[in-house]
Amino acid sequence: MHFADGEVPGDYVGYVHKKVLWLTGGFFFLLVLLVYSISVGAVAIPVSDVFLTLFGQNVSHQYDAIIWNIRLPQALTAVAAGCGLAVAGVAMQSILRNPLGSPFTLGISNAGAFGAAFSVIVLGTGTMQSRVADAITINNPYVTTIMAFLFCLLATAVILLISRVRGASPEVMVLAGVALSSLFTAGTMFLQYFSSDAQLAAVVFWTFGDVGRANWPELGFMSLIVAAATVYFVANRWNYNAIDAGDETAKGLGVNVGRVRLAGMVAAALVSAVIVAFLGVIGFVGLVCPHMVRRVIGDDQRYLIPGSCLMGGILLLASDTVARVIVAPYVLPVAVLTAFMGAPVFIYLLLRGYRR
Amino acid sequence: MTLSVQDLSFFYWNREVLNEIAFSIGKCEIVAILGPNGVGKTTLLKCLNRILQPREGVVYLDGKDLFRLDGSEIARNIGYVPQRIETGRLTAFDAVLLGRKPHIGWDISENDLRMVDAVFRRLAMEHLRLSYIDEMSGGELQKVAIARALVQEPRILLLDEPTSNLDLKNQVAILSTISRIVREHGISAVMTMHDLNHAIRYADRFIFLRNGRIHAHGGPETITPKTIEEVYGLPVIIGKLGGVTCIVPESCPVSTGA
Repeated sequence: MHFADGEVPGDYVGYVHKKVLWLTGGFFFLLVLLVYSISVGAVAIPVSDVFLTLFGQNVSHQYDAIIWNIRLPQALTAVAAGCGLAVAGVAMQSILRNPLGSPFTLGISNAGAFGAAFSVIVLGTGTMQSRVADAITINNPYVTTIMAFLFCLLATAVILLISRVRGASPEVMVLAGVALSSLFTAGTMFLQYFSSDAQLAAVVFWTFGDVGRANWPELGFMSLIVAAATVYFVANRWNYNAIDAGDETAKGLGVNVGRVRLAGMVAAALVSAVIVAFLGVIGFVGLVCPHMVRRVIGDDQRYLIPGSCLMGGILLLASDTVARVIVAPYVLPVAVLTAFMGAPVFIYLLLRGYRR
Repeated sequence: MTLSVQDLSFFYWNREVLNEIAFSIGKCEIVAILGPNGVGKTTLLKCLNRILQPREGVVYLDGKDLFRLDGSEIARNIGYVPQRIETGRLTAFDAVLLGRKPHIGWDISENDLRMVDAVFRRLAMEHLRLSYIDEMSGGELQKVAIARALVQEPRILLLDEPTSNLDLKNQVAILSTISRIVREHGISAVMTMHDLNHAIRYADRFIFLRNGRIHAHGGPETITPKTIEEVYGLPVIIGKLGGVTCIVPESCPVSTGA
């Protein structure tokens, strides 16, 4: 059968252009925010000097040191982590057919926290250095990071195993994730109960996600994983659109739903694991950014995935910028601020409903 | 395009649902799958495009074994309209565009947009193009689902109770549309149905399922009071009303309210 008498409808093209405009606007807003974020802080740097320094001009040694060693890596880490968490969140919501899907639905963050606690308390990797509370030091951060990462992967492997036995249904995955979360939380509490004051402080401090923790090589590695996952999710946007239309419709359209679901879950888990292991637990971004974007540009994954990615970067960077200046000269970990910043905006969007 | 089913058996775990099903579908015909609730009508339909995998038997699509074909290749030949339609914050145009999935590579082309536009015209639903499907009525949604299956450019349409949630006018509208498209484009359609009056009016061939097997199979002559009573367990009268064949229950047994 063939339908040859159609044309490209103008109103639809206009509708698509509007979405592209939103995404372009979001991208430029993120750039502006990035420059602003670098310019504010304990030492205020004029925006023009930020630009000159970023483009390789030597304005002053002090600015060079502040921008290249501290603020730029921290801001870029916030953007990369925000993008990664949000893009993993939007994929999970589609794969699990559940609006509460997020990178942490599968128990990833609690597994990471358990891994860090295990490292600090059992392996004695000690106490973490903090810019705010100097007493807390983790003398072997790499072991802590690696342990957190391993436990994130362990949680993912367990869910994959359960999915293999019981079929990759969304219900099984969500419920297995909830069970694992509780299990790891209980494990962390058990370890904490028998730990010293200093260890306890280090564990609790580790769980406060902080984008100031990553150095350039770590940022590079994290960005690579986030970029790869984003490309993967974008490449699968039509598969996710099909799954959103129902498993049967998707299968009728030739989508191998089981395989797409498992592969997407592994990709989302990997991104989350890397971010959690390097930065600690940063909640809310992965869950809420996709929903914020849904309310502006709808559920079509073609726009939702890039939109969520941008929104995640914007929310985490904005939160981190506020976290750096709100109680200056002290710096709050960003995890404290994400929910403070995001929740009111999200509740407003919920009340307002969808954009027409 | 022909679809033929040979010795198909389907089990949910150890419970047998379908047993030794065999039939074939030719060009330009509408086949109704009939039978009481839970007899396996939907299961049979889902075996025809590999949404479900039967335990035994083969489905041939133009002589090719369906279970050796690539998912996209099946989807380019067979369109499926499920009974339950999921909504989301999508325009009708985007929802229908999804039907091009088996044909698209990295992204949609202008040709895909033209095809979707043509189907909107064909189904007289241009005004719904930019409506959000989560704000649509049941009849409009059903049209979107059928349009989505049509842009797949299928040669066989599978429809799972296409009229189950619709009012009388929309039931007739949907079935007439399906009938018209089957004739105009020389494709075929397989529908599971509950309404025998609609079935007799719109279908060319009838497959009655009973206890997981084909109880009766054939043209309009298959529909007799005896067959219907055997399949549904209810005596019926078949007569003409205004020149149209009608099937009504013989008596209305009064519920004892047990």
